Amino acid sequence: MKSNDPHLRLLPAPLLRQGMTTPSAMRDVILALLPAVIAGTWFFGLKALLVLAASIAGAMAVEWAFTPIEKRRNAIGDNSALLTGLLLGMTLPPALPLWMAFVGGMTAIGLGKVIWGGLGTNLFNPALLGRAFLLGTFPIAMTTWSAPGVGFFDLPSSLLALPFQSPVYDAVAAATPLGLMKFEQKGSDFLNLLIGNTGGSLGETSGLLLILGGLYLWWRRDLDWRIPVAIALAAVIFSSALYLADSAKYPGPLFTLFSGGFLLGAIYMATDPVTSPLTPRGAWIFGLGAGLLVVLIRVFGGFPEGMMYAILLMNAATPLIDRYTQPRVFGRGGETK
Amino acid sequence: MKQKELDGYQEFVKGIWRENPVFVQVLGMCPMLAVTNSAMNAVVMGVATFFVLVASSFMISSLQHWIPRQVRISLYIVIIATFVTLADYTILATLPAAHKQLGAFIPLIVVNCMILGRQEAFASRFPVKYAVLDAVGMAGGFLFAMLALGSVREILGTGTLFDIPLFGKGFEPWVTMILPPGGFLTLGLILLFFNWVTKKRGEFLQQVATEREGL
Repeated sequence: MKSNDPHLRLLPAPLLRQGMTTPSAMRDVILALLPAVIAGTWFFGLKALLVLAASIAGAMAVEWAFTPIEKRRNAIGDNSALLTGLLLGMTLPPALPLWMAFVGGMTAIGLGKVIWGGLGTNLFNPALLGRAFLLGTFPIAMTTWSAPGVGFFDLPSSLLALPFQSPVYDAVAAATPLGLMKFEQKGSDFLNLLIGNTGGSLGETSGLLLILGGLYLWWRRDLDWRIPVAIALAAVIFSSALYLADSAKYPGPLFTLFSGGFLLGAIYMATDPVTSPLTPRGAWIFGLGAGLLVVLIRVFGGFPEGMMYAILLMNAATPLIDRYTQPRVFGRGGETK
Repeated sequence: MKQKELDGYQEFVKGIWRENPVFVQVLGMCPMLAVTNSAMNAVVMGVATFFVLVASSFMISSLQHWIPRQVRISLYIVIIATFVTLADYTILATLPAAHKQLGAFIPLIVVNCMILGRQEAFASRFPVKYAVLDAVGMAGGFLFAMLALGSVREILGTGTLFDIPLFGKGFEPWVTMILPPGGFLTLGLILLFFNWVTKKRGEFLQQVATEREGL
């Protein structure tokens, strides 16, 4: 604390403050996600914003309803529910019915956070838990993607389906790059993958902006750089090996990095401080495991996209990783005296 | 054995709520999770369990003085299995469709730990009248729990209740709800609700008691 104040200051310790609090960290992540959100809105139109708003509303509603009155200001004010809703919304198809997005937001906070005891006590990433629930519950709606670049104010009828009613799709569904790769063995243009002009979830298509946001977070020290680096490393090594073995059948490493939810998951979801290991060594193990699982699920599994399950599985392993990577405590004495 | 004071009404009513076999004792989870994907299946299963529990409680309670302690568990199982076989064939004869859906879970009523638990903990120690009342209460509680879980899962999973459509055409089924995860989720949420109600009720009673003391 720099002070030119000549007066004697009497303050209770701690006198030095880092300035990083939960609300500020959450605000940083939201700021870092904003460019990707804007890009998603640009490519998919107003409907993307509406889906985001519905998922955020669901998350905030449950957070508000299940917090005791005296804690509500803090619980809503720390932006964590807002961030969970935003992250969940970014992984959803742009033409998803709004009521499903709302249910997803409710599940994310309700089953992913509140039930475990609130902020900081959950085992799984809430946004991904919400998405896993949605994918299991509404498998057709969750895998019907719409093409980018339609009119900005077009609102498809599926978006406005009444609660509990099936969506009716009026446009032909577009495949995601991952779906094309998996079911038709077709690659996608790398430039489109980089800027996000492909079918897919509304916030995960623009690789470049997601990386920029990640760099901002790294500069603000809000994320553990080891986790995304380790995930990318493992995925690149594994997919390169497969690509070298049979380049016609398996996707290359660049495609692996920039397609689907890889970057969104690696940079923003796997690094959730609550559900990732605390120790540096643990972070490496966590990241390498997640990277390996992504490629494994994408290439050999039944789903085209594996980021969600890879992170959720590693979330489940986090307590174990933390237990086995604790640094040795020096100066406590030992067997040899 | 020293008999404790028994109150028939209390023995009956405890199984419905205060000592509900599913929500409080968390027994009989296997049929609870496996066959509650529709309300109809849940009711058939609940009624079959009801019959087996009441009949075997009656039998074991009346035979309690002739059953040697050393072999009591195997004898209980034989008696329970007899009634399960009866229930199995009755369902097969009257409701073949439901029997096909429930499949292996009807014979598995034999190993429902709620039933064996009631024999060991209650029926083999107390007079027949109370044993039957206890069994009716416990089985009623089980039926109630099966019905609650089955209804929630069927309404969300297929949009119907006892095969009567509730939402009209175009209902989007919540696929998870009729799959195993839906069973775990619904059971967990109902348990949560049950514990919450019990806690609030305890707090309320406490408050009433202190207020009365203050007067």
